[in-house]
Amino acid sequence: MHIDSIKNGVVIDHIKAGKCMDIYKHLELDKLDCTVAIIKNVSSKKMGRKDIIKIDSEMEVDLEVLGYIDPNITVNIIKNEKLCEKKKLTLPAMIKDVVKCKNPRCITTTEQDLPHIFKLTNAETETYRCIYCESKAK
Amino acid sequence: MKNLMNITDLAVEEIDELIAVAEDIIANPVKYRDKCRYKKLATLFFEPSTRTRLSFEAAMLELGGSVLGFSEANSSSAAKGESVADTARTVSCYADIIAMRHPKEGAPLVASMAASVPIINAGDGGHNHPTQTLTDLLTIKREKGRLHNLTIGFCGDLKFGRTVHSLIEAMARYTGIKVVLISPDELKLPGYLKKETLDAKGIEYLETTDLSAVMPELDILYMTRVQRERFFNEEDYLRLKDSYILTPSKLSNAKSDLAILHPLPRVNEIHTSVDADPRACYFRQVLNGKFIRMALILNLLEVE
Repeated sequence: MHIDSIKNGVVIDHIKAGKCMDIYKHLELDKLDCTVAIIKNVSSKKMGRKDIIKIDSEMEVDLEVLGYIDPNITVNIIKNEKLCEKKKLTLPAMIKDVVKCKNPRCITTTEQDLPHIFKLTNAETETYRCIYCESKAK
Repeated sequence: MKNLMNITDLAVEEIDELIAVAEDIIANPVKYRDKCRYKKLATLFFEPSTRTRLSFEAAMLELGGSVLGFSEANSSSAAKGESVADTARTVSCYADIIAMRHPKEGAPLVASMAASVPIINAGDGGHNHPTQTLTDLLTIKREKGRLHNLTIGFCGDLKFGRTVHSLIEAMARYTGIKVVLISPDELKLPGYLKKETLDAKGIEYLETTDLSAVMPELDILYMTRVQRERFFNEEDYLRLKDSYILTPSKLSNAKSDLAILHPLPRVNEIHTSVDADPRACYFRQVLNGKFIRMALILNLLEVE
């Protein structure tokens, strides 16, 4: 299968196979006017299978959201058809309005304007907890 | 500005300092009677409570300060749909410090982000109740003379009992602590507390359904009520509420210097005939609650 290379844009690589649509949704790529290629189940030496997203436009990618979804993802910035920067991700210390708290007793269920903020409480287990009620992010 | 949301916000040294001030208040009450003159405490209680609200109010009055507030959500602007943040901003204009109880978990934290005066979490749903834990710690210190090298039995509702969760987190920071968890299978301590607190700190613990079998080992027995409001299902509540009732006969093989604590209110989990036993500390515990809240108010208001 042939997919055109991009001139100026972003390639999100090493996405766990099957996870590309989560990223598409979280980064709100549906709102872009440019070409976006979603490539699923690509063969990978390192991962066996992986997903890739190519965005044919320069854009600021929310690295915190990506880091939360999977810190092993790589973000390649392409300029004039050349790889200009390779960004490594880390687990963000805090995420805001990426996931919603599911605890029915949490204050966020009644105070609709509150941001849903989760804090990294255990980097080893990649555990995030709601700052208000301390429930785990699901 | 300082707030108190969770007992773990306080370092062990800070807890020890609060306990020391509380003990000084007990020994020298006259020294403290005007410490908060012209200061006001607002008690914002969005759900009913007798002990905690009156304890905060008594604490402020004994420091020479004044109190204002409400004791149920219906008598506040929350009934008109005002947000917690707006209520906190408004009350900051009237009071020097706020104690807030709210049925929703995290509400006092939201208040602390908006308020311009210190906020004390006076209980947020089933989540945290740090001043109860401070009360428990002061009681243990006064009854046993120490907060280390103790075997503590927690009995009753260990699943929903926030006072149990907080006290376990607090005691896990002292040395030589052993924990005995006594509950029906349905109300066992949540797995994350065992893993993230007890296992993580290397605390020795035992889970059992048999109170009598472990009674001789205990230095402290922390009884809890099976609370109706923590259940979604009435049937489960009725089935489990009488699971563990403490009677004089159950204390026959207990240590002579056992300290029996209970955050109160009790329903029937400690028979009233136990009250006369010198090992029953729960009403002394209530009194300690006032003293530790006095120490906390002084600390948060930075009154020397």
